[in-house]
Amino acid sequence: MAPEKKSLLSGNHNKLLKRRYMAEIRFKWLGITAITIALAFLAFLFISIIGNGYSAFRQTFVQLEVNLEKEHFADPDLSRADYGGIIKSSLRTMFPDVSSRKEKKLLYSLVSSGGAFKLMDMVKQDPKLIGSRFKLWVPADDDVDMLMKGAIDINEPESSRRIKDIQYEWIKTLERGGLVDLKFNTTFFTAGDSREPELAGIWGAAKGSFYTLLITLLLAFPIGVAAAIYLEEFAPDTALTAFIEVNINNLAAVPSIIFGLLGLAIFINFWGIPRSTPLVGGLVLTLMTLPTIIIAARASIKSVPPSIREAAFGVGASKIQTVFHHVLPLALPGMLTGTIIGMARALGETAPLLMIGMVAFIVDIPGSLTDPATALPVQIYLWADSPERAFVERNSAAIIVLLGFLITMNAAAVYMRNKFEIKW
Amino acid sequence: MKGKGLLAACALTAAALVTSPAHANRDYISIVGSSTVYPFATVVAEQYGKTSNFKTPKIESTGSGGGFKLFCSGVGVEHPDITNASRAVKSSEIKKCMENGVKEIIEVKIGYDGIVLANSKKSPQIELSLKDIFTALAKDVPGADGKLMANPHKTWKDVNPELPDVAIEVLGPPPTSGTRDAFVELAMEGGAGKFETLSALKKADGKAFTAVAHTIREDGAYIEAGENDNLIVQKLQANPNALGIFGFSFLDQNADVVQGSIVDGEAPTFENIADGKYPVSRPLFFYVKKAHVGTIPGIAEYLAEFTSEKAWGPEGYLADKGMIPMPDAERKMFADNVKELKPMAAK
Repeated sequence: MAPEKKSLLSGNHNKLLKRRYMAEIRFKWLGITAITIALAFLAFLFISIIGNGYSAFRQTFVQLEVNLEKEHFADPDLSRADYGGIIKSSLRTMFPDVSSRKEKKLLYSLVSSGGAFKLMDMVKQDPKLIGSRFKLWVPADDDVDMLMKGAIDINEPESSRRIKDIQYEWIKTLERGGLVDLKFNTTFFTAGDSREPELAGIWGAAKGSFYTLLITLLLAFPIGVAAAIYLEEFAPDTALTAFIEVNINNLAAVPSIIFGLLGLAIFINFWGIPRSTPLVGGLVLTLMTLPTIIIAARASIKSVPPSIREAAFGVGASKIQTVFHHVLPLALPGMLTGTIIGMARALGETAPLLMIGMVAFIVDIPGSLTDPATALPVQIYLWADSPERAFVERNSAAIIVLLGFLITMNAAAVYMRNKFEIKW
Repeated sequence: MKGKGLLAACALTAAALVTSPAHANRDYISIVGSSTVYPFATVVAEQYGKTSNFKTPKIESTGSGGGFKLFCSGVGVEHPDITNASRAVKSSEIKKCMENGVKEIIEVKIGYDGIVLANSKKSPQIELSLKDIFTALAKDVPGADGKLMANPHKTWKDVNPELPDVAIEVLGPPPTSGTRDAFVELAMEGGAGKFETLSALKKADGKAFTAVAHTIREDGAYIEAGENDNLIVQKLQANPNALGIFGFSFLDQNADVVQGSIVDGEAPTFENIADGKYPVSRPLFFYVKKAHVGTIPGIAEYLAEFTSEKAWGPEGYLADKGMIPMPDAERKMFADNVKELKPMAAK
């Protein structure tokens, strides 16, 4: 016996044992490295996006003293008055020694063209303002905004920066008088798209996304759940059923642009639904989301134990009563989780929307399902291609908002799974 | 209960589908077309939407070719009213328009766009000739004996002894882009014509010449950087040895980090492009469906806004965005055409 015992602890076995331990340690470290790399990429993504984007939530404003003299409003149509001229004249009163045409142009370019529209809206809402003088904060031009946020280096030669020396002097003068200030950028959350970064907002795109997803949810959820119930509970086990099942699983992996092409051919060219509307977008995304929802719904129906069904049959319930009174309520949490994840994917989709004309410049905020609209990821795509530098930070801010929505939706899915999950 | 809820939801959506005004009147202008004209057309559309009582036009960026395809597919509210283009309409496209009943088209030239080669400000400014551009970027170039051979040039110094000894690395748009079309047509073809053998070929066999002049090398010296010009600007900052090809408005906005290369002795400045001295510039257009004027509200007003001096004039807001205005006489001619809604003559 003794020699055998000794052989267990012999050098050879010790070596083997050591190798097995080493393999385990190596695997553990490989795993830790993989996770660290993944987390580092994620951290890099968040830091770069938030670092670029946080400044877009504030916007530079300039305070002007506007003088709404009565002679500007000779025309009874209030939208015809020269609001731009009023803004310009108040800039001239602030800097009376600016005289040459070129300098005047530089001076006027300090404030955004949005100032005139703001004034117009104020006067239209309250015509009693005509004839009065008051102080008004108007948005500054995007170049001024970039200067205030430190994105323009004033030490560069004058010809290669967008803020000229004389403009820099004016801004410094305004700053000393407390007439320039960074304020919360409400425009970003209330306006539609614009070619002027200081007037651009994501509300139009957010609303477009909302309408599109509303259609998707209303169509994909009932159809998906009904299909799943039929396939799981009622469908006969034939070759046809198997064929349908394989196809649904394949559809879930089809690239989304294909659904866009399909939507273009059927919904727009054949049915004649207007292009660029949330209605057609929602229909296309429904096609894309359906397989995901069906698969998730089937999995959660499958996880309801057969004993529930047998018990229901045992007390005399019909097939349909069994399904709708017992199986469906128990499977619903899993179905909802799958739906939310499918919707989150639909929210982040751009490629199919490209084909149906939702990648478009749309200023007006969509008010119904048939108004032209874009979606949040499309807005990001469009801004990424704009030459103005101020769009870089606005783009990152839009990404922050989109990520916020996605994280909220996924968190809701996780929460529902934990709260309603039934352990058998 | 839940089943009923689902049914109700279905019914609601079905109702929304049925009542959707598929062929009802459209009360906004629908514009498609070139991504080069997009940044200018959108400014006009926004200005028009804010100052008029009409809705802001919807502008899709589909590329010039895609724009014509949609534009020429017919007359009626489901088809776009205007298409933007960074090149003139082709006769094949006019033919397609005619076949689909789009008979009268108004052509409006709006201005010019310069295509620039630029590099990072960390490196010295580069001076090129069109011939250098062709020699550096063509797939096949004439050798010393005049016969075509695969492009052997690795560095700019190989191309022209006066140029710096750095590897040729050019970031540019992919073949689907209108900017690329214009670049090969103006810069590459112009450069190819400087070779005696190639200009002889042009006279003998135009098609063979075009094939040589328009084919960009694929051995890695020319890097297709996608349609996003911002991305090219960023890559140039990261790599001071690379050159990038993009539109003038991006140079204009990023003049603190990149500099335009001098081509044939002319720097890509606003003035040089406007005077026609800078060789790589192209006209921009839009095309209007005459049958839609009066049917879709606001088209005439949009045209008036676009062709007004405050928009496309030398001091206008489009010039601020980087578009190069046309000379006075040309502007007047096109503005008059627009006022009379004069359709273009058949090609």
